[in-house]
Amino acid sequence: MKRIETEAIVIGGGATGAGTLRDLSLRGVRAVLIEKSDIASGTTGRNHGLLHSGTRYAVNDLESARECIRENKILKKIARHCIEDTGGLFVTLPEDDPSYHGKLIEHCKYAGIRCEEVSVQEALRIEPNLNPNILAALRVPDGTIDPFRLTSANVLDAQERGATVLTHTGVSGIIREGDRAIGVRCRDRRTGVELEVFGGIIVNASGVWGQEICASAGIALRMFPSKGSMVIIDYRINNVVVNRCRVPSDGDIIVPGDTVSLIGTTSKKVEYDKIDEITVDEDEIATLLESGEKLIPNVSRTRVLRAYCGVRPLIAVSGEMDGREISRGIVLIDHERRDSVGGLITIAGGKLMTYRLMAEMAADLACAKLKVRKKCRTQKTALPGSERKLDQAKSVKFFTGIPNSVVGSTLYRHGQRIRNILHREKRNYGLICECEMVTEGEIEYALKKLNVKDIVDLRRRTRIGMGPCQGQLCAYRAAGLFVKYDSATSAESNKMLVDFLEERWKGIKPVLWGDALREVEFCYWIYQGLFGLGDVRFPEEGEDR
Amino acid sequence: MIKLENISFDHCIKCTVCTIYCPVARATHHFPGPKQSGPDMERLRIKSPGLLDDSLKYCTNCKRCEIACPSNVKIADLIQSSKWRYFRKAFRVRDFFLARTDLMGGVATRASFLVNFFIKLFPVKFFLDRFMKIPSERRFPRYAQGTFRAWYKKHRKEQEAFAEKAVYFHGCYVNYNNHDLGKDVVTVLNAMNVGVIVTDEKCCGVPLIANGYIDKARKNALFNIESLARSASESGARIVSASSSCSFALKHEYPNLLELDNSAIFDGLDYITRFIHERFEKGNVPAMGPVPVRAAYHSPCHLERMGGVMNTIEVLKKIPGLELTILHSECCGIAGTYGFKKEYYKVAQKVGDELFKRIERANPEIVITDCETCKWQIEMSTPYRVEHPVTVLARAIDGKKL
Ligand SMILES: Cc1cc2nc3c(=O)[nH]c(=O)nc-3n(C[C@H](O)[C@H](O)[C@H](O)COP(=O)(O)OP(=O)(O)OC[C@H]3O[C@@H](n4cnc5c(N)ncnc54)[C@H](O)[C@@H]3O)c2cc1C
Ligand code: SF4
Ligand code: SF4
Repeated sequence: MKRIETEAIVIGGGATGAGTLRDLSLRGVRAVLIEKSDIASGTTGRNHGLLHSGTRYAVNDLESARECIRENKILKKIARHCIEDTGGLFVTLPEDDPSYHGKLIEHCKYAGIRCEEVSVQEALRIEPNLNPNILAALRVPDGTIDPFRLTSANVLDAQERGATVLTHTGVSGIIREGDRAIGVRCRDRRTGVELEVFGGIIVNASGVWGQEICASAGIALRMFPSKGSMVIIDYRINNVVVNRCRVPSDGDIIVPGDTVSLIGTTSKKVEYDKIDEITVDEDEIATLLESGEKLIPNVSRTRVLRAYCGVRPLIAVSGEMDGREISRGIVLIDHERRDSVGGLITIAGGKLMTYRLMAEMAADLACAKLKVRKKCRTQKTALPGSERKLDQAKSVKFFTGIPNSVVGSTLYRHGQRIRNILHREKRNYGLICECEMVTEGEIEYALKKLNVKDIVDLRRRTRIGMGPCQGQLCAYRAAGLFVKYDSATSAESNKMLVDFLEERWKGIKPVLWGDALREVEFCYWIYQGLFGLGDVRFPEEGEDR
Repeated sequence: MIKLENISFDHCIKCTVCTIYCPVARATHHFPGPKQSGPDMERLRIKSPGLLDDSLKYCTNCKRCEIACPSNVKIADLIQSSKWRYFRKAFRVRDFFLARTDLMGGVATRASFLVNFFIKLFPVKFFLDRFMKIPSERRFPRYAQGTFRAWYKKHRKEQEAFAEKAVYFHGCYVNYNNHDLGKDVVTVLNAMNVGVIVTDEKCCGVPLIANGYIDKARKNALFNIESLARSASESGARIVSASSSCSFALKHEYPNLLELDNSAIFDGLDYITRFIHERFEKGNVPAMGPVPVRAAYHSPCHLERMGGVMNTIEVLKKIPGLELTILHSECCGIAGTYGFKKEYYKVAQKVGDELFKRIERANPEIVITDCETCKWQIEMSTPYRVEHPVTVLARAIDGKKL
């Protein structure tokens, strides 16, 4: 059996795990990250992408609100290319309790969040697609955050500093020696190869799945899974984050995420043994579209691209509570103190946008255990791609000859690293994904540098297949490039193609009407009618497939 | 702000049929085609205007993509409106003059002889090419002496005496370059017992739209809508135009692109062959002598978009002796003022190439087409004379030589 020795092991490649890996690497600790699927494939890749200002929590959870605004300011500096500083509005609809507005202003003051009252007229100027019947509006420093880029940039930085990353490798159990956890047993889900990794400290950052990891070490930890669903709108119907000004409830927020808008979220209890099977329910979609339309009337006339859901990784503190009432607070557990099992810590809860703080807390504790006396540097050190302020006009000029849309989109996704991606060779900037302007050069870069194993992974690094056609025109081209750049055999690339289309289909199925339905019909016609992809037989293989 | 009326791009299913039918995408790799420049890029332009690609300026607004689209995406409208929504206005003397057909016409017709003479001189061509970026290969339409309106004034009384009348939007070309076409319209309509009313009008706006003078185009449009509607309601007449592009603008570009309400003229307005064909169908066919000519008919893009080609063909088929070849539908490439610009000249000629070859193969004596700019392009690029269908009809009626 293969065996790896390292200083620290991080389980889980979500934002928290990736952040911890980077934090440790910045402190000079050798670390290995193990992720059962792909980077940001868990809750990190299935959320709303809102860079909270904290306003939403100001009334109910002051502690979280303060964390948010602090991290909000830090991330705007260190993760520029993963963030869009759009600003946000809290708007009061005629049917909403008008007193919440004043309460919010007051609590924002306590939390230290800059929150200004703006006239309805001004709000409509800031966001012209807003429902014109709103009664009042507040402006807050909300923004958007791209979870895929954020996680990938953390991993990239860690790898450039010497960390090891094993994706598509699941931890099947913790190896214990007496009262210590000394390593993990894992299995490469693509090849079926088993391996063991040993290290001085294990950081369990596996989110809602942390319960299983703990269980394998003989530790009882109860997660309280709460499902949240979102729908994606074909294009940006809003350019600033629009929040409903009321006690947090379903369908309150519309976030502009890159080229699309996202309406979210819902909150539903799920049984722990069902967390890997969750799907979006019909009533959730109805709720989201109805509430979305109240904020931005355009919603009713626009194509819904897909729907998806994620599970909030909240640790049950006590009793049965509604998912939203539990504090989203960060939970750091030293299992040596709590359960008398040394060498293992769990970091969970929190939010995507507090990942850095969570990573800092976990790394501080890990370093204390490893007796490494190095301070955290992540609040100051920019992520790869975010080193300098981005200037679209300058880049467009630098890459004269390449279409602005390509330069702008690549810059938006990779920040400063655009210099490692684009060059003026025709093949390099030829389009593969026409909806999201993903070029062959970008794909080549992702295949070589960003731990891409299949087309679904590639989507998370580049946005390929995330536009209106949902992979119809780009998926087969991408499959070809895997072969061209020696990342897969042609049989493997066929299988990837099927998996990718299945993955896309899963998100489209709940919203199958109107133009999305026509699009799918056409897609089916290409892949089945023209290519006969459904009739291609593949040999049996690993469980991941 | 995303206007609800302009979200047709949201219906695009990325089938790419539009790009297959785009004559410009076929002619140059500099133009990524309607799908990319229209619905694809619109999503990005909404996200950030900085993502605008200037390659979309290659679009000639021929609208062939819109005919092909199965999703009713207003592709060409999206492209045109992006041109003037996002491009920084760089004032260009050339574009200003090309766009102001009425201004230029007004001046040139006063000394048409001199203008027509000078514009052919080598030093003038050289100057236009070097400093105005108007290609020296380009032949200009001749200016006429005086205006059509001046001629009409002398005949107004007799026209108003007819019981049935039609309001005729003559357009700049008839007024400044080709009075004869206007007179032919009068001949044909009179032969069908319809009097011709000419009312106040301004340039329909096509060249203004193409060159990004949208405010001016809107002003003209409002003027035309008001004037034509008033005149039509006074005389209870229908409105006709013998220029396919003018009619297209009045009927479709006004509401779709300029976002103006033209309901006051929409129902009453016809391209002339539709007006004629309808009356032919009802038995109102004037006496016609034979026109023994071998002709090839080219259908202009904007007439295709309006679905009016059938009317012209049916009318031509009624002319005795006319031997007609209907050419495969192709764009001639000139697209109004597009072919007058040095940066597009080569593309324009390449777009038209297929049409020119097909004309050659048809071996006609003359070419017939509804559009004045198609006429300039074909006459410049092939050895054939080009006539308007109404002119051919007029010769059948008055028996003069074609
Ligand atoms: C509906 C919804 C909306 C949200 N909206 C926002 C928002 O707008 N803004 C915000 O800041 N936060 C938001 N959040 C919260 C945020 O998504 C999460 O707090 C955050 O992503 C958690 O990241 P994580 O890395 O801790 O967990 P995860 O992303 O779940 O990472 C855990 C990883 O561990 C891996 N793993 C599990 N088991 C194993 C194993 N045995 N071996 C190896 N790997 C394993 C998983 O595959 C997964 O990738 C939202 C959450 C939900 C559910
Ligand atoms: S209007 Fe004509 S030139 Fe422009 S994109 Fe459509 S087909 Fe091509
Ligand atoms: S033809 Fe219409 S639906 Fe097809 S790609 Fe072009 S715009 Fe989209």
